[in-house]
Amino acid sequence: MTDLPASKVDLKSVLATPARVDNSEGMSYLQSVPRRLVTLYLPLTIIVVVLLFPFYWMALTSVKPDDQLLDLDRYNPFWTWNPTFKHFHKLLFESYYPHWLWNTMYVAICATVLSIIASVLAAYAIVRLRYKGANLVGGLIFLAYLVPPSILFIPLATVVFQYGLFDSPLALILTYPTILIPFSTWLLMGYFKTIPFELEECALIDGASRWQILIKIVLPLAIPGLISAFIFCFTLCWNEFIYALTFLQSTSNKTVPVAIVNEFVDGDIYRWGSLMAGALAGSLPLVILYAFFVEHYVSAMTGAVKE
Amino acid sequence: MADVAIPRAKPQMSEDNAWTQLKHNRNWLGFWFMVPAMAFLIFFLAYPLGLGIWLSFTDTRIGRVGHFVATENYEWLWDDSIFWLSVFNTLLYTFVASALKFAIGLYLALLLNENMPFKAMLRAMVLIPFIVPTVLSALAFWWIFDSQFSIISWSLRHLGLIDQNINFLGDTTWARICVIFANIWRGVPFVAITLLAGLQTVSPSLYEAATLDGATRWQNFRYITYPLLTPIIAVVMTFSVLFTFTDFQLIWAMTRGGPVNATHLMATLSYQRAIIAGQLGEGAAISSAMIPFLLAAIMVSWFGLQRRKWQQGENND
Repeated sequence: MTDLPASKVDLKSVLATPARVDNSEGMSYLQSVPRRLVTLYLPLTIIVVVLLFPFYWMALTSVKPDDQLLDLDRYNPFWTWNPTFKHFHKLLFESYYPHWLWNTMYVAICATVLSIIASVLAAYAIVRLRYKGANLVGGLIFLAYLVPPSILFIPLATVVFQYGLFDSPLALILTYPTILIPFSTWLLMGYFKTIPFELEECALIDGASRWQILIKIVLPLAIPGLISAFIFCFTLCWNEFIYALTFLQSTSNKTVPVAIVNEFVDGDIYRWGSLMAGALAGSLPLVILYAFFVEHYVSAMTGAVKE
Repeated sequence: MADVAIPRAKPQMSEDNAWTQLKHNRNWLGFWFMVPAMAFLIFFLAYPLGLGIWLSFTDTRIGRVGHFVATENYEWLWDDSIFWLSVFNTLLYTFVASALKFAIGLYLALLLNENMPFKAMLRAMVLIPFIVPTVLSALAFWWIFDSQFSIISWSLRHLGLIDQNINFLGDTTWARICVIFANIWRGVPFVAITLLAGLQTVSPSLYEAATLDGATRWQNFRYITYPLLTPIIAVVMTFSVLFTFTDFQLIWAMTRGGPVNATHLMATLSYQRAIIAGQLGEGAAISSAMIPFLLAAIMVSWFGLQRRKWQQGENND
């Protein structure tokens, strides 16, 4: 290990011309600029453009006037010089859209809060109380993570109907946690494991109860993990489709994804503008949230996989 | 020093006492802490899972309690060509989409791992397709693949590559390609960002040492990056396969299983039979038929994790 940095410096001083200041990091001096252009920037640009193009297209369509949308020969389809907010106006004032947004938000926040509370308790018990069979329960929760909604929605529909929850937001608030709890429990278990055991021991000796330890010591230290779990769960709720499609019926109760697919898709040839406006408005809250918490998203995504 | 040492010694004595005292009720305490999570998972996950399997052996319809009909649903499905078509579609969709997602995702992760300007911003942008609700981006794809006003057809026509618009979602082959493309588009960011997190844990000195020994870039990848990434690849791909296999929303928003059932997956077929046609029993049989495939995927994940433990425990430095 000790002679490696030394040999690296030697190689560097041999390769770099003395007149030029070498700012390169690591081994990047081994690659020339043209080579990097072809092997790195070109493919990266292509991939990023493909990944982002649908959003550009969505945004462009939502502000194009109707006649330009369908006339591809007289106008250049990739740009518009006279944007209109007609589609958004129609969305906000002539449809249930604000209602749907509110439903989605309400369901997502309630389901997330419920799941986080349940997961905090479960994760703490598994990691720190280490009761009999804690490892087994941890494994079962991981298995629950692997049960997809697509095989549960039919029996859940009958359960929801039996409990009289059909067509009510409560049906979603109670079923979404089955998707969220396994994920956030695993994420929080990882965070709780990093909190020093000694802190809790000290508190125990000072006479704190388990509950006090959790509230006053563990939770404040696990705030980054809680934020990650919260926003990731929120995104999952917002994304969820099949339960909302199955359990809700009346137009005013629907969530944004379901409502757009069901209520906006009709035979109208001019529907594209408002359809894309609806899709854009439904994505923006998540994208804004994401812009503020990029690191938390990434740690949530990778954390659950790494554990 | 003595002041510090004495209080440290004392708590360790009483700590033992505290722990032995707590041992009596720790299991109960654990139980109480587990109650909320377990209640959700038992009532809305484990019970429906069992109920679904039971429903698949009954002739339940919407609004009518079913009777036990043994394996009649399954026998019926066995002779149902649409069911077998959906199985074929699901396997094709899962296999092609997962393989390409892995290849492109790994490639993108390697690209993003390089040093370059605006690195953080690029990484953030790459993840956007994963954040936006799938249904909403599927609608954008629906519009991009429109039969008359598709921007792709328009561009190709103006480049002189084709004479007529491509009927993207109306032709069976094209429809399959389109939904697979949309699925890859959505899945690549997840694979890329998780693999990138794995790549960042690989120490650069390994590459430096190998390069000094004369290793090429391909050898660097093959003998350093790939072996160190295998455990994460196993987990990521299990998730990817699992969620591709049970995909519903993308198909439902783009094609609803059409044209002529060419893009029907098992999940969409079970929705159509169970909720739209009202045959809950038959729909439950279709979704129960997915369980063996899921179990296979979980086994792969489990063995992947085992291998990782083995690597970390003994072999890995």
